Amino acid sequence: MKRNLLFVGLAIACLAGCNRGGDRVAEGEGGSAGKKLRIVYIPKNTGNPYFEEVTKGFRDAANEIHADFTTTAPATAEATSQIPIIKEQIQRGVDVIAISANSPDALNPVLDEARAKGIVVITVDADLVGNESHRDAAVLPADFGEIGPSQVELLGKLTGYEGDFAILSATTDAPNQNAWIAKMKEARKDPKYSKMHLVDLVYGDDAPQKSTTVCEALLTKHPGLRGIISPTSVGLAASAQVVERAGVYPGGDHVVGKGLQLTGLSTPNQLKKFVNNGVVTAFQLWAPYNEGYLAVYLGQRIHEDGLKPAVGFFFETAKLGKRKFSNKLELIGGPLQTFDKSNVEKFSF
Amino acid sequence: MRPDPATAKAGRVWALREFGTLALVVVVFIAAGSREPRFLQASSLNSILLWIPLLIVIGMGQMLVIVTRGIDVSVGSMVGLSGILVGMLFRTHPGLGVLPGCLAGVGVGLLLGSLNGLLIAVARIPPIIATLGTLSAFRGLTFIVSGSKQINSNDLPDALTRLSLDGPVHVAGVTLSWILFLALLVAAATAFAIRRTRSGRDVFALGSNPDAARLRGIPVTRTTYLVYAFTGALSGLAGVMYASRFGFVNPATAGQGMELSVIAAVVIGSTKVTGGSGSVLGVLLGCLLLGTINVALAVLGIDATWQLLIYGLVILLALLVDKGVQGAMTRWQGAR
Amino acid sequence: MILQRREAIPTILVVVAFIGGAIASPYFLDFRYLLDASSLYVETGLLALGMTLVIICGQIDLSVSSTLALVACIVAKLLAAGWSAGLATPFGLALGALLGLVNGLLVSKLRLPSFVVTLATMAAYRGLAQVMMGAQSVRIPASMSGIDSARLPGTPIPLPLSILILAAALTGLLLHRTVMGRWIYAVGTNERAALFSGVPTSRVTTTVFVVSGLLAGFAGLVLASRLGVARFDHARGMEVDAITAVVLGGASIYGGRGSVLGTMLALLLVAFLRIGMGLANVTAEFQLAAVGALLVISVIVTNVVERYSGGRGDP
Repeated sequence: MKRNLLFVGLAIACLAGCNRGGDRVAEGEGGSAGKKLRIVYIPKNTGNPYFEEVTKGFRDAANEIHADFTTTAPATAEATSQIPIIKEQIQRGVDVIAISANSPDALNPVLDEARAKGIVVITVDADLVGNESHRDAAVLPADFGEIGPSQVELLGKLTGYEGDFAILSATTDAPNQNAWIAKMKEARKDPKYSKMHLVDLVYGDDAPQKSTTVCEALLTKHPGLRGIISPTSVGLAASAQVVERAGVYPGGDHVVGKGLQLTGLSTPNQLKKFVNNGVVTAFQLWAPYNEGYLAVYLGQRIHEDGLKPAVGFFFETAKLGKRKFSNKLELIGGPLQTFDKSNVEKFSF
Repeated sequence: MRPDPATAKAGRVWALREFGTLALVVVVFIAAGSREPRFLQASSLNSILLWIPLLIVIGMGQMLVIVTRGIDVSVGSMVGLSGILVGMLFRTHPGLGVLPGCLAGVGVGLLLGSLNGLLIAVARIPPIIATLGTLSAFRGLTFIVSGSKQINSNDLPDALTRLSLDGPVHVAGVTLSWILFLALLVAAATAFAIRRTRSGRDVFALGSNPDAARLRGIPVTRTTYLVYAFTGALSGLAGVMYASRFGFVNPATAGQGMELSVIAAVVIGSTKVTGGSGSVLGVLLGCLLLGTINVALAVLGIDATWQLLIYGLVILLALLVDKGVQGAMTRWQGAR
Repeated sequence: MILQRREAIPTILVVVAFIGGAIASPYFLDFRYLLDASSLYVETGLLALGMTLVIICGQIDLSVSSTLALVACIVAKLLAAGWSAGLATPFGLALGALLGLVNGLLVSKLRLPSFVVTLATMAAYRGLAQVMMGAQSVRIPASMSGIDSARLPGTPIPLPLSILILAAALTGLLLHRTVMGRWIYAVGTNERAALFSGVPTSRVTTTVFVVSGLLAGFAGLVLASRLGVARFDHARGMEVDAITAVVLGGASIYGGRGSVLGTMLALLLVAFLRIGMGLANVTAEFQLAAVGALLVISVIVTNVVERYSGGRGDP
């Protein structure tokens, strides 16, 4: 027993001597001009085709400005799985941390730690709702105020502005979806949509099995349903399969009346097949690529040029033109794009 | 040889148990139907009949594993890995037929299951530990081989998704899909193997009394290896069925959490965790019950958040009921 | 001879992992960072302590991470309802012990295999947390949060780490210096023989699950305080890390062998590996595969070592 304790004591002494190593590393990092800008992007999780596209934008911009870009993500999109990763990046001495946060508040302490060390923190695609003071700026996909109304308008156009419709969302606490749905409900009050009735709102948890089951339940409970809006790509892809099998889309085997119009938000690759065979007529998305692209330039300007994001200030890049900072210091990635048979094949993300 | 009255009684009791599961299915139907009349439609039945094929296929393997007093929690990860690999195969070879794809899935699963079998039967690692390890390892591999990219619907051949969209039998608006038939075929094959093949009977002998089995000359190592390899092969097939059912395979979510539903279905279906007893019919009924509960919850608008709790309670309930039945039987036999 | 003790292997592995970490990344050799990053593993350590007792006793407890989450959620709700920290903390510990008691009774009284029972309670407990909380987070009031920024007075050692060391010392005392500890080893080595020697095997089995639950509840309080929020999906999968630490630390998975020191050394090993991999930007998927492989390899290695040093052999 005594020998073990001695050994452990020696080990601790060795560890204590490692302090010098840490200081040396920190010194070497700071302030030398001509050093590459080090940017890291932490998406919500791995394996998500949407974030692949954002990362592409990051990479291209980083190549343009000769920055050192890495990306690392947790295996599961849990609120706290990003904390150890952020700590690692702080230790690695990066200059800019861009992150798509899994939680609006769980990351506050560790992000403060990063900013205290002079690291620029930018949220990408999802913001720290209610905790915006813990980041320097945000790059959001599209004007959140626009997404909800655009979706309702798209469905309206597809269904002739009449009929029952339902919404199939992600998890009950997904901040993006909840914001968009709230705007959808608001937009519906416009007299133009008075003949469209929201009859159900279900949650598929962004899980294929659950999304499939709740979509089937929608069809069971509302046989004459004219539309489903699914503002999440997992929900939309799963619903497309359900609707195809049920044959209730316009032109399908079991179509009721004018048919069910399925639409929502998704990447083109996931829905190409369904657009081509008529199950889905049209859907929307913005350009995730732009978010990554902008974030790199924004990070560089703040870190190297001392840019201070301020409301109403204009931010410009050669490729994407001028953008304005909104009141919560947000930059917008781009306008909403509608995909349908005429253009879906052109995209490959 | 006249059947021993005690065994006959035991047989009747366990048949009662399966009848109980069926009765529960009816109860759920009635309860859900009275709360929400729209549940009692062909579309609900369609939903249920599409929910269960994957569970049935994997459940056949899991039943045999549990009969040998083991467990396999890596089945979900095996489904994911095989689904991704077959998906990638279809993506790079668009002309590939469905049957070769299925065989490829079975092959992948067999390989993965064999690893489990070797770890458990040869290296003598306890099943829970070995399969906990492979659960993580296989899931990690799924990300690695796919480059963390998901397989989309336009990567998969239409013929594959046809398997779950359509079927040979349509009755009163209810479609019996191809994947359902495939699952029932697997179940029938398993039932046959249990009764008619040497290995099948060995599995049950091993489970009811491992020490005696060795003395009786039953090849313990080989039999143990076989049940895990078999489960792997079935999980591999389930991976292909998954791609057919959902139309896309995501490396993070494919098969994730499936092990819990399969184990719940098998345990509800009268397979005893103490080993030696289980039936194909029981597993089928267990899957049917779980599918019915799931679809009923969705139609009733009850949030999916209750699902995890229900699975846990259902397994506990099944364990308690089995213990109770066993206790009652012991008392009967003691009183004779 | 130091090399014949079961803890020799994890000790060597820790040194190897340390050197490996240093080679893999120039940012590794930083004492303060290592201390700070290690405190992320305190909850895993607490779970592993309980798991040590359970595994030595010949059982397994898969429900520890769910107990952690459930206790964290319930305590968070109580604090939000106005309970004081002084009342909520012992309540949380008692709740953890109660959840462990359920496992213990099912296993010891009903003679059900622990892997199925705790698989079911793993689902049921977390499911209960999910039903209670939905997908929301509940904030922990400032009086009880931020434990990881607190330091042991006068030292740079983070408070959670010192809590872990204290818990390890107490568990070590229980295991190596009390009658109950001897009984735990006895039941794990051969339950029948222990029963005939007069050991109250039922009570012993129940006790290890109660202690495991208690420590898991404690871990829940620590985690909630560290993160400042409680969610139903906290610590998902942590039980695998805990089991890996115990097995890697030299415990026999069949029961009867193991030690607290071994588990703590193995925990350090797992921590160094994870920290090193993270700093070297090893992707999450590789880490996942590595952790799974580690668990399996550690059992194989301890099996082999057992056979060569004339150990128990197969059951």
